[in-house]
Amino acid sequence: MDWNTIFVTTVKASIGLETVVYALAAIGVNIQFGYAGLLNFGQAAFLGVAAYGMAVTVATFHLPFWLGILIGLAATIVLAFLLGIPTLRLRADYLAIVTIAAAEIVRLVFRSVQFSSVFGGSDGRQNFSGDFFAMNPYSPGTYGIGPISFNERVTWVLTVGWVLIAIACGLVYLLMKSPWGRVLKAIREDEDAVRSLGKNVFSYKMQALVLGGVIGCFGGFLFALGQASVQPDLFSTEFTFYAYTIVILGGAARVFSPVVGAAIFWVLLVFVGNTLSEAVSAGLLPSLFTVNNIGAVRFMLVGLGLMLLLIFRPQGIFGDKREIALDAR
Amino acid sequence: MHADTTQSRKAAAVAAFAGLDREPGVPKPDPILVVDKVVRRFGGLTAVDVDHVEVQRGSITALIGPNGAGKTTFFNQLTGFDSADEGSWTFNGKQLKGMPAHRVARAGMVRTFQLTKALSKLTVMENMRLGAQNQLGENFFRALIPGSWRRQEDEITERAEELLERFKLAAKRDDFAGSLSGGQRKLLEMARALMVGPELVMLDEPMAGVNPALTQSLLGHVKDLREEGMTVLFVEHDMDMVRDISDWVIVMAQGAVIAEGPPDTIMSDPRVVDAYLGAHHDAPMSAEEFEEQLQEAEAELESEIEEKA
Repeated sequence: MDWNTIFVTTVKASIGLETVVYALAAIGVNIQFGYAGLLNFGQAAFLGVAAYGMAVTVATFHLPFWLGILIGLAATIVLAFLLGIPTLRLRADYLAIVTIAAAEIVRLVFRSVQFSSVFGGSDGRQNFSGDFFAMNPYSPGTYGIGPISFNERVTWVLTVGWVLIAIACGLVYLLMKSPWGRVLKAIREDEDAVRSLGKNVFSYKMQALVLGGVIGCFGGFLFALGQASVQPDLFSTEFTFYAYTIVILGGAARVFSPVVGAAIFWVLLVFVGNTLSEAVSAGLLPSLFTVNNIGAVRFMLVGLGLMLLLIFRPQGIFGDKREIALDAR
Repeated sequence: MHADTTQSRKAAAVAAFAGLDREPGVPKPDPILVVDKVVRRFGGLTAVDVDHVEVQRGSITALIGPNGAGKTTFFNQLTGFDSADEGSWTFNGKQLKGMPAHRVARAGMVRTFQLTKALSKLTVMENMRLGAQNQLGENFFRALIPGSWRRQEDEITERAEELLERFKLAAKRDDFAGSLSGGQRKLLEMARALMVGPELVMLDEPMAGVNPALTQSLLGHVKDLREEGMTVLFVEHDMDMVRDISDWVIVMAQGAVIAEGPPDTIMSDPRVVDAYLGAHHDAPMSAEEFEEQLQEAEAELESEIEEKA
């Protein structure tokens, strides 16, 4: 058992690319679901259209990087309006149905053979991150403390990522302290009451959907840039459900819960995964467990952990137990 | 002093109704709400079919009727929570048909709900603040600059505190609204509606589910609304309450307004008795009615004989 490797990879996972991407996606979900009560089950599509918007602009059409970012942002906002306009006047479940279906449509269009000249089919797109890394202020080398360090490219991606997370958290903090956030939380509790007090509920729900999508879309950009490639299957429905898991793990409607939730989620996955595979190769586990099925066992164990958390701490890490008690009344 | 003004407002409201006809749709001296030919159908069922009705400004008007008379549907129509199939209605001369609920509220016509809608996970204070109109901080971009809305928020908080004091909820200021009792929630909902600054307050069954100990205080608050110059229209089943506080009563049955009148005599109106108890309750048939039925039956028989021949 190489405890040192397990320790190093686990600590790196707590601030690594996945944590950053999922934290941004989860901050978006937290605005939509945690504060406004909108069931957006298509967060993966928001990240997907942003990542592809940028990648396709640069790699397929050879246009500048910043234009790619703008097109990715515009695509996210257009998607939010497309999904929101027909559904946000209806009951909450309609948004859930439409978004989960739309996310699959988006993914299948990206991987379709028909459009492979644009989106690159299931291989996706590469060669679009050059301009981003050209801006890298870090000179070649490794940065970090001892073994817990990253090369200059990863350091650059993580720096941008954590700055974006800080900005997003600051934004959520300011908004949710304000009367704007109050209207959002009230809509989560009862739309009709908010309508009877003279607030345009549809407009606020739309704003929440767009804002959550836009914050998530920065996660999409980073995902693509960090891996220097995009593939359609990165943006499958599991992605959205992991983001929801992270929000609930941290505690819905709390500013930092998506960030801490994402870190814990990835630390758990990496720690359990690495420990299991080390244990298998050291022959410490019964022969039932092999290198091939260890990935599934990892998710079972993490799932079990999350179940225990929900049983013993249903409000999540940052949640307020009194709020959960109100639901039981 | 207070008693005097109560008497005068009450007297003024009652005086306005003096000498009015008891017919449905009777014109009022100074109507704030005028409804014309509002119809709402659910498939084959006509839930609301109101020909004409007016609500007098500065009065407390009760809307009563047996279960299923369409009172709540009518309420939903007027406040924009449901769309009417036909008809029109004006509030202060302004056409409201087709206007969404939030704009109806902004126009000054604010409603409460039969099943109280306290926003459970917001504190009592936040519930109150939400009611205030034209808040700068409710704009997305201004919300990011606390300095731009802080002063207005302080004013709103002050106004909310006064109202909470009046409704005896000041001690609950920082509790979650979900932790209040049923009656306290009704009080909160009414206080929150007042934060909007309404001219016409529409209360949908304000007494439903309220602890009898709180009833008197709630009644007092409704009367206070009139004293402050507001108009109240409320739906209620409790006839004691209707008699106690209303100045005028509108009776609905099977979707239509069937009678209007002052609260002390309305319940003896034969149309109202019919609506509540059914048209052929135990009143004996008069001689004319008997004769009429007999003739009808004979005429029917004759026509059948002619057909066969």
